[in-house]
Amino acid sequence: MGVEVAVQGLTKSFGKQVIWGDVTLTLPPGEISVMLGPSGTGKSVFLKTLVGLLKPDRGSIVIKDVDLARCSEHQLYETRKLFGVLFQDGALFGSMNLFDNIAFPLREHTRKSESEIRQIVNEKLEMVGLTGTEKKLPGEISGGMRKRAGLARALVLDPEIILFDEPDSGLDPVRVAYLNQLIVDLNAQTDSTFLIVTHDIGTARTVPDNLGLLFRRELVMFGTREVLLTSDEAVVEQFLNGRREGPIGMSEEKDASQVAAELAALGDRGGVSAPAPGTGPKGASGTGVPPQLLPSPGLPERKAAGRRQDRVLAMLHTLPEKAQEAVKRALDDEHRSRLPDYRSPESQSPDSQAPGSHSAGSEAAEYESVAE
Amino acid sequence: MSSLSPAAAVGHAGRLFALFLDVARLSVKRPFQGREFIQQAWFIASVTILPTALVAIPFGAVIALQLGTLTRQLGAQSFTGAASVLAVIREASPIVCALLIAGAGGSAICADLGSRKIRDEIDAMEVLGISPVQRLVVPRVLACMLVAAALNGLVSVVGVAGGYFFNVVLQGGTPGAYLASFSALAQLPDLYAGELKAVVFGLIAAVVASYKGLNAGGGPKGVGDAVNQSVVITFLMLFFVNFVMTAVYFQVVPPKGS
Repeated sequence: MGVEVAVQGLTKSFGKQVIWGDVTLTLPPGEISVMLGPSGTGKSVFLKTLVGLLKPDRGSIVIKDVDLARCSEHQLYETRKLFGVLFQDGALFGSMNLFDNIAFPLREHTRKSESEIRQIVNEKLEMVGLTGTEKKLPGEISGGMRKRAGLARALVLDPEIILFDEPDSGLDPVRVAYLNQLIVDLNAQTDSTFLIVTHDIGTARTVPDNLGLLFRRELVMFGTREVLLTSDEAVVEQFLNGRREGPIGMSEEKDASQVAAELAALGDRGGVSAPAPGTGPKGASGTGVPPQLLPSPGLPERKAAGRRQDRVLAMLHTLPEKAQEAVKRALDDEHRSRLPDYRSPESQSPDSQAPGSHSAGSEAAEYESVAE
Repeated sequence: MSSLSPAAAVGHAGRLFALFLDVARLSVKRPFQGREFIQQAWFIASVTILPTALVAIPFGAVIALQLGTLTRQLGAQSFTGAASVLAVIREASPIVCALLIAGAGGSAICADLGSRKIRDEIDAMEVLGISPVQRLVVPRVLACMLVAAALNGLVSVVGVAGGYFFNVVLQGGTPGAYLASFSALAQLPDLYAGELKAVVFGLIAAVVASYKGLNAGGGPKGVGDAVNQSVVITFLMLFFVNFVMTAVYFQVVPPKGS
């Protein structure tokens, strides 16, 4: 099972410029979390701080009782072995071919024989769909392939925490869909803790268990997906809908009066609703809480999904009303029967599901039909 | 940013020194990166050998011409060979070595590490739990020191041979006198000191280049700036260290015959 990452009061600045302050969040073990945020809000800096590449000014990052913000260098290197990180461009070693790149961590950290290494590398290459490209150099392949090779290298030591820095940047929508499915499948197979930093709303809506949004030098919100997807918070709503009207401006934030005027004008034009399906940029279309992507057929269920439902049920009464409804709708039968106001399956409202993507849609439909 | 403030300068100096200490500590730590060391030694040698030889010939010639004229004015032609050997071995060859190691080897190291840094390769390596200092910097520093020591030998031979050629063939000096006076002034500690200088210069050039490379930032232009700065800083440090080492040498080793 993946490990928990507990971030407490984290603050980072470069010189006098504060990047973000007082970020507190917990990545629940084995679950997939997505960190959203407008460009330039320090998402990549957050990721680098999380793996100890950058030292925060204040705060703590606790993983398995080790605080990465103030542990010794030796402890830091030991703890980093728990991490797999996919950098934006894959960050492959330019002087080595793909096979050597992916074998690199194994050769450095393990005493495995060359034949064992070959077997593991081939397995990971197959997992990311790159079989047959072992001999290529990183400069000779496309950006998408570099990214997948980077992922294979991040996976090779069976990490317990996997971080993705914009896995969708520079990829076409079909490859993003495959990569998202791959992420969910990996999570089902490894039960590791995932954190994805992205701009892609389509990914944010369907992949993660938890969502967070960084804006204006702070963590605006972090919580279970239903809370953010149903949130009325202006920044969250604007970002998830890919709208111009709202607190996020082209270069930086706007002033409050302008935001109020824009939102009022938007209200006059027919309400603060989402763009029509298919019109929002970067997958920012559709309302409500679409069903999550499920692992490909033949793979085990995600263990984190069950744990998450337990966790969300325990804190259900603390969530906003809309989020509560969304949570209840998404529960499986076993968890639904544990609701305090559980009466009979008929009383649940099974519709208002946004159109989901492939396997997830059919699975969700199955849940509903059982409920009826 | 605030790179011009004195505090920033002290910070850089401190981190550069810290890198020296890290290199010293990690160079004895297992596993030693033998393959990388050999590759780097070969690489640095291949970019420096030819330029060094080509620089050494005119350098030896200039010394021979200067000394040839000077000794004739003083009426000490028989010491031309002695003086030119002394000048080449004590000063000229470590300095030529330093210039080439810093200019050719150091800039290549800095550009290599800098481009790796901006492609996130260094970060990726750290995240994989591998110290870039141990994996990349230590082999480069050791390779640079080895190549510097070897180059020093090359420059000494080529410089002395060049001096001989110019003195004997062009200035009409006598071959016998030139060769016979070889050991009149020079002594073995001169050669040791020259080698030690070359090794220290190689160390400084490689560590400064690595420091600048590992701290490159701001895209491709940042790498170019880093290479530029690393060469300038290395030159400044090398000439200063050369001065200090020469001063110490004269205190420790008495000149021959005194």
